[in-house]
Order: sequence, then C-alpha cells, then structure tokens
Amino acid sequence: MASTRTLGLLLLAVPLSLQAASPKVSEFKLDNGLKLLVQEDHRAPVAVTQVWYKVGSSYEHGGITGISHMLEHMMFKGTKKHPPGEFSRIISANGGSENAFTGEDYTAYFQTLEKSRLGVSFDLEADRMRNLRLLPDEFTKEQQVVLEERRLRTDDQPRAKLGEQFNALAYSNSPYKNPVIGWPDDVSKLTVTDLADWYQRWYAPNNATVVVVGDVNPAEVHHLAQKYFGSLKPSRLPAVKPRTEIEQAGLRRMIVKAPAKLPFLVMGYKVPVLNGAAQAWEAYALEVAAGVLDGGNSARLESRLVRGQQIAGNVDAGYDLYSRLPSLFMLEGTPVQGKSLPELEQSLLEEVRKLRDEPVTAEELERVKAQVLASKVFERDSIFYQAMQLGTTETVGLGWEKVDEYVDKINAVTPEQVKQVAEKYLVEDRLSVGYLEPLPIPEGQTAPEDKAPLGGQHVR
Amino acid sequence: MSVKRLVVLGTLLCCWAAGSQAGPKIQQWTSTNGARVYFVPTEGLPMVDVRVVFDAGSARDGAQYGLATLTSGLLDTGAWLWDADAIAKRLDNVGARLGTGISRDTAWLSLRSLTSPKLLDQALETAHAILVSPSFNPVDFEREKKKLLLGLKQREESPADLAGIAFFQALYGDHPYAHPKEGTIDTVEKLTREDLQNFYHRFYVAKNALIVIVGEVDSSKAKAIADGLLKDLPEGETPPALPQPAQAEAAKLLRKEFPSAQTHVYSGVPGMKVGDADYFPLYVGNHILGGSGLVSKISDEVREKRGLSYSAYSYFFPFKVEGPFMMGLQTKNNQAEEAVGVMQKTLRDFIAQGPTAKELEASKKNITGGFPMRLDSNQKLIEQVAAIAFYDLPLDYLDSFIAKVEAVTPQAIQKAFKARIDPDRLQTIMVGASAHSEK
Repeated sequence: MASTRTLGLLLLAVPLSLQAASPKVSEFKLDNGLKLLVQEDHRAPVAVTQVWYKVGSSYEHGGITGISHMLEHMMFKGTKKHPPGEFSRIISANGGSENAFTGEDYTAYFQTLEKSRLGVSFDLEADRMRNLRLLPDEFTKEQQVVLEERRLRTDDQPRAKLGEQFNALAYSNSPYKNPVIGWPDDVSKLTVTDLADWYQRWYAPNNATVVVVGDVNPAEVHHLAQKYFGSLKPSRLPAVKPRTEIEQAGLRRMIVKAPAKLPFLVMGYKVPVLNGAAQAWEAYALEVAAGVLDGGNSARLESRLVRGQQIAGNVDAGYDLYSRLPSLFMLEGTPVQGKSLPELEQSLLEEVRKLRDEPVTAEELERVKAQVLASKVFERDSIFYQAMQLGTTETVGLGWEKVDEYVDKINAVTPEQVKQVAEKYLVEDRLSVGYLEPLPIPEGQTAPEDKAPLGGQHVR
Repeated sequence: MSVKRLVVLGTLLCCWAAGSQAGPKIQQWTSTNGARVYFVPTEGLPMVDVRVVFDAGSARDGAQYGLATLTSGLLDTGAWLWDADAIAKRLDNVGARLGTGISRDTAWLSLRSLTSPKLLDQALETAHAILVSPSFNPVDFEREKKKLLLGLKQREESPADLAGIAFFQALYGDHPYAHPKEGTIDTVEKLTREDLQNFYHRFYVAKNALIVIVGEVDSSKAKAIADGLLKDLPEGETPPALPQPAQAEAAKLLRKEFPSAQTHVYSGVPGMKVGDADYFPLYVGNHILGGSGLVSKISDEVREKRGLSYSAYSYFFPFKVEGPFMMGLQTKNNQAEEAVGVMQKTLRDFIAQGPTAKELEASKKNITGGFPMRLDSNQKLIEQVAAIAFYDLPLDYLDSFIAKVEAVTPQAIQKAFKARIDPDRLQTIMVGASAHSEK
C-alpha cells in the first residue's frame, strides 16, 4: 500500500472556489403579486415547476387541523374547465410526473416535464389557483383516502405516533403542536364548506411563489408566467397572527405506549430559527452543532454512542434552520439490546453537556464545513432539490437569497459561538423528552385459506 | 415534515426509459485485472460518482440468510490499517459520501466525491482499501451483527414489512429469492466472522465485479480510477447461474394477524427477468394497469372511484431471473376483502379485455414524453448504466427504447399478460387485524 495513507487523518480543506459556481436566480414579480423564481440548469432538457402557497398546518386553528393537506388532495379533483382527474391525465400524457406536498409552513404542487412543455403546467396550475370546483362526492371519497393515509403514516407506525404526541407536548401554543395531516377527529369532520373557505382565503397569486429550475431561459419563463398567471385576480390576504410560543418553564416528559418491538427515544430543545432570530448567527451555530453531533459517520453520536460506548443502535440529531416559527433541536435514537431508554437519554445529555462546556475542536469544525461545501455541489445534481430550497426559503419569509448565503454563514461560525448557543438553548428547562414503550405484539397466527381467490365477488 | 399525496413505488428497471431521444454514450472497457468498466462523462458539476457492483446479493446467501447484508455492512468498519473512525474521518474530511448495500441480485459500493484531485484521491484510496482489504474485526462484527438483529426485530412491528416477507416466501418457495435480503433473526444469530470472510473472498473478486463511473472526469482519469480502485482484487470466479423460479400450482391466500388499523395486501406471481422477451408489452401494459400512479387502472378503481386506499398499484420487478409481479394496497381492516376484490377483478378484466387503443396511446405518451427525466441527473445516470452493465444489456439499449415502446400493440400486451400472469395462480398475503378481532 502507498505510504501516503499514513497521512490519512490530515484534513484536506475543500477549496472555497468551488462555491463560486453558485447558480444565478432570476426573480420576477407580476402585477397581481405572484412571485416567480427561475434558476437555469442546462444539463438535461428538463424543467421542474413548483407552485408554493403560504399556507400549511401552522396556519390552521383547532377543530380544522389537516385542512391544508385535505385541500391539497382536492386540488386534483377538478376545476370549472377540467373534470376530476384530468389534471393528472394531461400531465401524464405530456410525459410528466407530478405530485404535491403539505408541510407546517407551505403547500406546494409540482410537475417535472420536458422543457418545451412548461406552458402545460403553467396553464393547469393557473387554472386551479383560482377556479377549483369542490364537488361533494369527490370530497367524501377523498376524505376516506386521507384517513387511510393517516392510518398508514401515523396510526400504525409506533415512532410516528410518538412523534405526533411528542409535538403536542413540547409545544404549548405554537401551531407546530398539530400534525400536518390533522387529528383524526378533525379530518373526519371537515366539510366541503370548510375547504371552500380555506381555498378562498389562501389560494391567490399574491400568496404564491412559482419556482422553475431547469433548461430554460428566465425571460421566456417570465413571459410564459405573465401569459398564464397574469390575469388572475389577487386577494386580500388575512394577517397571520404570530402565535408566539410561551416560554417553557421546565423539563417536560411523556410516555407513549404502542404495539412495537423496540423502545425509542425523542428529545427536543426549544430553539430559535433563522426566521425571526434576534441574531442570525445563532441559527447557523445551531446548524453547526447539529453537524458536529450527526454530520456523517465520523460525527460524535455515531463515533461515540454507536461505535464507542455501543449504547445506541442508531441515533440522530436534527435542526430545521428554515422553518417559519421557532422549532426544536431534536435528538432521537434506539438503545441497543440490553440498554435502556434512560441510559441512552443520559448518554445524549452528556453529549449536549459537552457542547455547552467545551468548545468544539478546530478539526471537527473544519470537517463540518468541508461537508457543507461538498453538499452544496452534490445537491445541484437534483433540479428538484434546488427548487425545493428556493421555494422553502421564499415561502417561510426568509427570501431565496438565504440559500446563496448559507455556505458563507456556516463558514463564519466559530467554536465559541457553538458553545454559546448550546449554553443558551440546549438546557434542561427548554427540553422535552418522550419514550416509546413497546406493548407486546401477539404472535401473529398465519391462516392459509387455500384456493379461495377473492377475484371479484365482493365488488360493489 | 411534509405529507405527500402519493407514494410512488419505484424501482430501477420497472420504470425504465431513457435521453431526449437517445441514451447516454457509454464507454466500456476491461480493467487490468478483468473487471468490466463503464464510463459516462458529464459536464457542469465538479463531482464524480463511482459504483462498484458484484454478483453478491442475498441470492448468494445459501442457507445463511443475512450473510450478504452483514458482509456488505462490515466493509467500511475497518480496512487496511484503518479502523471505523479513521475511515469515517478520511471520507468526511473531504466531503465524500460512501455507501455499501445489497439487493437480491447485487452487492455494491458507491462513492460520490468532488473532482478536486486531493479530495478525490483520498476518497478513492479509502474506497480501494474497503474493497480489497476489509478487516472484519471481531469487535466490529459483533456490533454490526447486533445492529442488524435490532433492525430485524424492528421489522416485526411493521405489518407492511411482514407482508412483504410472506409475499416473497409464497412466490419463491425454496428459490434463493424467497428469503428476506436482510436475513432472519435465527439465521443472522448463527453467522460468524469466518462466514463473512469466506463470502467476501468468494464473491468480491474482479471477474464478478463491474465498475461504473459518471462525472466530470476524462476517460484517462476514469481508467485510472477504475484500475486504482480494483488494484489487488483477485481475479476469482463468477458464481453459477441462479435457478429458474417455478410458478405456483394454484392461487393461495395467506392471512396473518397483526394489531394494526390497516390490512396490508400484496398479491402476485413470479413475473419477468431483465431483458425478457416479453419485457416491452409487459412493461407498457403494466403502466396502464397499475404502474403510472393515480392515472393507472388499479389506482383509479381502488382509490379514485372508491376511496379504499391511499396507494394501490402493480409493478414488475425484473431481476436476473424472474422477479415478482406485485400488486399492493393497504386499507382499514374491515374493507380489506372488498379492496382486494376490486384489485384482482381489475387485473382479470385487464387480461380478459386487453387495453383500449386510447389507454395504450396515453401510456406511450407518458413513457416516451418522460424519457428525458429518466436521465436528468448523475444519480439517475449511474443507476441506469449500472443496471445495463449488471444485466448485460446492450450498450445502446436506451437508444432503441422509445422505438420498442412505440411498437407495442394492444394485442401484444394481452397476449403477454395471458401467457405470463395467471390470476388463478395469484399468491395473496393479507396482514392486519381480522374483522372479528377488531375493537
């Protein structure tokens, strides 16, 4: 083997010059308030369109939770011009793929198409931005589909169930306490009238951002947007109440019991995010803290808790810099066989204590920065991901420019700043802890019902 | 996190399509020690992806289910003079991403790195050590084995996973595709370090390897990458061909009790292999039947018309030998029978009547119009090329793809489905709480 390998642990700084290749974003605003962001990427003859609305579960109030997501489903169920399902058929016939997603802070719709067909998606999106027809029969069926989605994603998933109930505990009055998909009783009691109101309130060009990334010319895209979206009437948008989360006044704990095979631990500290942060550097320092704990296989949690102490089977740290409202710095994991949830919790608390008491090493900080720089190049391999970042930052009120600033801001973070945010925010009085305690799953009996094909007899 | 409207179940070869009208220009040669090398240069991003693929998936486990998975999992935990921490640091320090994993047919190592020579060289050196001199240290072995066992235990809390395992068992009996690729608790508990070392020495050899390189490097650099990565890897032998799976004699329904709100359903038969003579009529036909998301017939009948399930679909998963044809859905327990009935009737009607000319036209438009999106990133390119390479498809496979899709007729679809998918032999798995045991 080559002797250079002995230099293996030398840190190789990723050249900053790589970042100079950052792609240009063109920003336009139509007279009706619609914002358009275009980023060129000419590697393949493809364009992704995403339409982002400033509405999601954090805009909802009690009793109608899940309405943003329910409306997202109904947006595929027809307009005055197009009957239910035709949106999808037209996109499909044009070779496109499409879908939508709802989060706490946004509802977004997307299509990926060969570049010359951009007008097809603009035409359809403009139509459903203002002309949705909410048909009672379609609604009744789709409500059942959403309830099935809830069973699939939450009710039958022990860790998701813990996560949902954990958020309801950790937040007192922040709307982040409610699940995006909605509480089951709320979802099942939604009405067509509720949805019509919600649609009227939020779906307007002055509450939307259209993002296009791909093999396109920004001026031409602007022209096309003007053609399809330009005539839509803006709305008077309601003021969004801040609903500032009250100060937490001590540790919160909970247990969720569910049929499961393994215990699971979640921990979350109340922290600021970039949006509304008194000092922006604090958010970037928290981002670096998450990287020190969980950025790659060499990071602290993997090397110390999974490999070193062998107390965790898996463990993660996470922080969402770009959420609209203050959120949680999360730690979660599964203890290995023979170790308990309290033991894993103690190990994680010890890692958090080290962040508070000792500055991170220069080597660790450099490694996080090297990974951030490389990731910035890697993520450009996906036009969809690039559009996601622009849409997210714009929709939560930060502005897409934050995406460009990211690498510089991370590079400016010092070990002292990481220590400071840990001392200020990663403290017991801001912490919530949740345990998943497994209930036994009865040994599943397998019953062969031989040669009983179900083919067709039960169809109504 | 966000909630998506539909989960589209995708796999590499089920949605095969390819460049605006032509596929990528694939350069191909053989490394100095006999491995096949495939290279596609790209422009625009200073990064390179490398994937090394071995015929060393779970189909090579023998009776030691989980052997391929655990062997793959040990690779980056120690190699040459480096322990797991040293390997992790060498990669993280240069921002590189390395992964290993297996499928039923393959074991792979993938590396993504910036092209800046100092960074790339350190990443490649590390990957080379992992490939040719993994340590299989006892302490790493014990830890990774425990982690795998933990994962296998967790699998038992998922009705979807349990249904998937039972589905493959029902379809494949004693064929090497039958067992779950991560193994079972019983078989993994018995694995030893020596088992892993033997597996590694037998299957991780040059003759059984291929390497794919996609990125912003020239062909001389690509040659250097390939030769450097595989240097010192012994030539070895290719493993024997896998046996042909047999079709079941008759339809069968298996129910498994599970305390969940929904019943998870899979239903299918062994379907087709990669490069199958019936590939195009089956692929295009299934696109109409259940492979095109919400506009497919199964989704339309189960979800759009009746609101019975969040996702309902059918796919072919072509493998080296016949992979499964699989229909699936999940619904609340007391309407599971109705939903399965609708799904199976949709299949029967489709086989009996064939697609309409209009349905076929719509699917062709989607497949051909969506061709550029199958190759619009380095990630997608390397996956496509790796599949072409592993399954020995012609290098111009993607160039003729659209013409072959266009040539499919309604009659050809009906004929292929009749010959290959017998609804009277469907193996159906239902995992959930039966109606009478509900609260």
